[in-house]
Amino acid sequence: MESAATIDPPMISPVSPPPQRGTSHVQTSEVASERPAFEVERLSIFYGDKKAIDDVSVGIPSKKITAIIGPSGCGKSSFLRSLNRMHELVPNTRIEGKVLFAGEDIYAPHVDPVVIRRRIGMVFQKSNPFPTMSIAENVLVGLKLNGVRDRAFLRERLEQSLRMAALWDEVKDDLHKPGVSLSGGQQQRLCIARAIAVEPEVLLMDEPASALDPIATAKIEELIHELSANYTVVIVTHNMQQAGRCSDYTAFLYLGRLIEFGSTTKIFSNPTERKTEDYITGRFG
Amino acid sequence: MKSKRRLRNNHLWRRTKSALASIVAFVCALLVIAPLALVLFHLLRSGASAVNWSFFTELPKPVGVAGGGMANAIAGSFELLGLAAVVGVPVGVFGGVYLAEYGTVRGNWLLRFVADVLNGVPSIIWGVVVYGLVVLCFKGFSAYAGGLALGFIMIPLIMRTTEEVLLLVPAGYREASLALGISRWKTIVHIVMKTALKGIVTAVLLALARVAGETAPLLFTAFGNRFWNHNLSEPIAALPLQIFSYAISPYDDWHRQAWAGALVLVVMIFLINLVVRFLTRERIAKVL
Amino acid sequence: MPIVATPEPSVVRSTIDRMAPPSGVGDKVFKWLTLVMALAVVALVFLVGWQLARGSSPVIQRFGFHFLATSTWDPVAEQFGALPFIYGTAVSSLIALVIAVPLSIATAVYLTELAPLWIRQPIISLIEMLAAIPSVILGLWGIFVMIPWLRAYAFPVLKHLFSWTPLFSGPIYGVSMLAGGIIIAVMILPIITSVSREILRSVPNLQREAAYALGATRWEVTRIAVLSYAKKGLFGAVILGLGRALGETMAVTMVIGNTPQIRASLFAPGYTLASVIANEFTEATTDVYLQALFEIGLVLFGITILANLLAQLLLKMMGSTMTTRAVQ
Repeated sequence: MESAATIDPPMISPVSPPPQRGTSHVQTSEVASERPAFEVERLSIFYGDKKAIDDVSVGIPSKKITAIIGPSGCGKSSFLRSLNRMHELVPNTRIEGKVLFAGEDIYAPHVDPVVIRRRIGMVFQKSNPFPTMSIAENVLVGLKLNGVRDRAFLRERLEQSLRMAALWDEVKDDLHKPGVSLSGGQQQRLCIARAIAVEPEVLLMDEPASALDPIATAKIEELIHELSANYTVVIVTHNMQQAGRCSDYTAFLYLGRLIEFGSTTKIFSNPTERKTEDYITGRFG
Repeated sequence: MKSKRRLRNNHLWRRTKSALASIVAFVCALLVIAPLALVLFHLLRSGASAVNWSFFTELPKPVGVAGGGMANAIAGSFELLGLAAVVGVPVGVFGGVYLAEYGTVRGNWLLRFVADVLNGVPSIIWGVVVYGLVVLCFKGFSAYAGGLALGFIMIPLIMRTTEEVLLLVPAGYREASLALGISRWKTIVHIVMKTALKGIVTAVLLALARVAGETAPLLFTAFGNRFWNHNLSEPIAALPLQIFSYAISPYDDWHRQAWAGALVLVVMIFLINLVVRFLTRERIAKVL
Repeated sequence: MPIVATPEPSVVRSTIDRMAPPSGVGDKVFKWLTLVMALAVVALVFLVGWQLARGSSPVIQRFGFHFLATSTWDPVAEQFGALPFIYGTAVSSLIALVIAVPLSIATAVYLTELAPLWIRQPIISLIEMLAAIPSVILGLWGIFVMIPWLRAYAFPVLKHLFSWTPLFSGPIYGVSMLAGGIIIAVMILPIITSVSREILRSVPNLQREAAYALGATRWEVTRIAVLSYAKKGLFGAVILGLGRALGETMAVTMVIGNTPQIRASLFAPGYTLASVIANEFTEATTDVYLQALFEIGLVLFGITILANLLAQLLLKMMGSTMTTRAVQ
């Protein structure tokens, strides 16, 4: 087919340096003033000798929904997990580059991953409310096990988190029931409430609705919209239509490299890169 | 035509062989179970009549005097099991935690190997070891020594079973907990171990059922006692010990009581196994 | 959708502030604690070896290898020869294997390959029940049920049929090497059966399906596809049973007769390494006596460790991780 496309720079804001040839280095141009939640600088992730993410640089805008799309195996989940150091759970991983969160590199030697994860929360593909705990205990576990004792505060957070996860009305009379007694979609919202309860600044979501039926999925997508008012949301999805519906910005990853990043409307209607267009229109995937 | 018949006969012969093999194997299975039936039958026949209220409440009577019971032996067994649990449960459970949650692939393989080999050490050797370690040092038999010997036997058992049970807890729970900013050790204790609690309890119960019937390690550690003993640094009676000394004695009345004691012991052990079966059946139903 | 509650900035601050700052101390301490506990198994092996060696070293120095080769065990005359016990352990274990291995493996084959599905779990449960019976209770049954029956029926028949061999000649007492072997066989049936079952279950179905596809009968599938594949593991199961047999104490002590002698006849009483320790440890009046018994313990420990090492290696080679559960 065609040779590897040269990277045509999108509209560049005056502040950003010109993109370098040979790297997947793209600017968050459309977001003007506010500082991005994450500034990823030349990030590479290695599992042993295998390079899962290759030299990615991108700025994730704050308080917006950014979707990460791409064919399976392209490294979306690895990239997402590197934002709160969750990929370190796999043995034999290392990274090169930097991930700046609120200006500080989260991979700096003195940084404690535990603290990072309190500020950057995560929701997983398969909902996993803790089976030995009730709904209320599930929501509050992050607070309680981290030393929060104030009963009144906990009760308040419980209601707030469940409200924000659009679950309060459905479970407010059943808070003592086991978390696993809820339906699939409700369980996922419970996990979202659990993640929100510790009041992170960012919510990372790894294919949060892929295990759910269409109605539950729609509820989750609606919820994501509301959540972005207060949190930066980064969502990985293999479902392009979902990315198109849900997100403000989209990053397209392919074989570990960032091919294109931009506003969702632009990516889906008028992508710059040929590969992006091929993926969007379904020529491969 | 002849070859067709030969082929058919050959096929018939092969089918017959297969059926015969099934029958032979079935008979073998029956032979394997037969001792169980025989032992249980005789336990009930010879033991049931001798199990009465006084058996559970009275002390052994002097030689030649009829009657008496094994109250102190039953109590002593419980005390020894308690001591054994104090030694075996913490070491076994937390050792199992290490194997499941930490460690290197090679290091853990080695530890598991050692634990499995340790499981094959004859129980009497543990008696000899604890004799040299404790009884000689403190110049006397004691419940502590007996409990220690039983505890040593429990350690590799509980360790391996706990590890297996913890590995069954899905990785997703650990991930979700760590993603909330909960530290590793709290994740293991409050999330993983709590989820696997039933399995850990069954591991401990199975180990207890196993050492409840052990006699050899107690022969020269706990040593046995014909009277009540509430001092753990003195020799203590135990049900299996009492059964043994009565069985090899020349007195008919003691033989009768040995059967009774054996029946009680078997019932105890089967009860524990039933409880374990009940606990694990619920788990399977939930998974299904 | 109702308007979602918006947290105020002051709440955000206070949530993080309310959480205890993490210190790595908890993690380090916990990891260290669990490591120490796990290393206990290693420590235990050394403990056993050390205690046995320490308790027997004077006698080892004094008698050396003669201890293993001498057949006189006369504590009063301070003559300590371990040969009768080595002989007794070896012969009784061999008898047990001869009886138990065919039965166990046949049963394992039956349970995994040949039996109708509904009958499998009941039989498995019954075998587990047999495994749960303590050795002393089996010994009790051995003394009062098995021995009288053997003495009255089985042994005379054997003697009548086989008196031309030295194995089945000589006076019949009831307590005998043969009785010891039989009772050990009963004790090791469950473990060989359950480990063999696990081995056979781990044979991939592909093997069986390939043989069925060639038109083999059920028995032929078992023989050709399953058993030959599982040879190594089954051998490991047998060695595991042997390890168990070598260390079996109480039931054997109660039926073998406890006489330190080496006789060709299986009807003659015998004595095993484990039994002499069980019987005479508390009777040992002199230091030398006790040390000799410690040395017997050392020999017993040595051979059981070797047997278990071999068994574990064979089983691990077949990739079975079910060994510990089988031990229970």
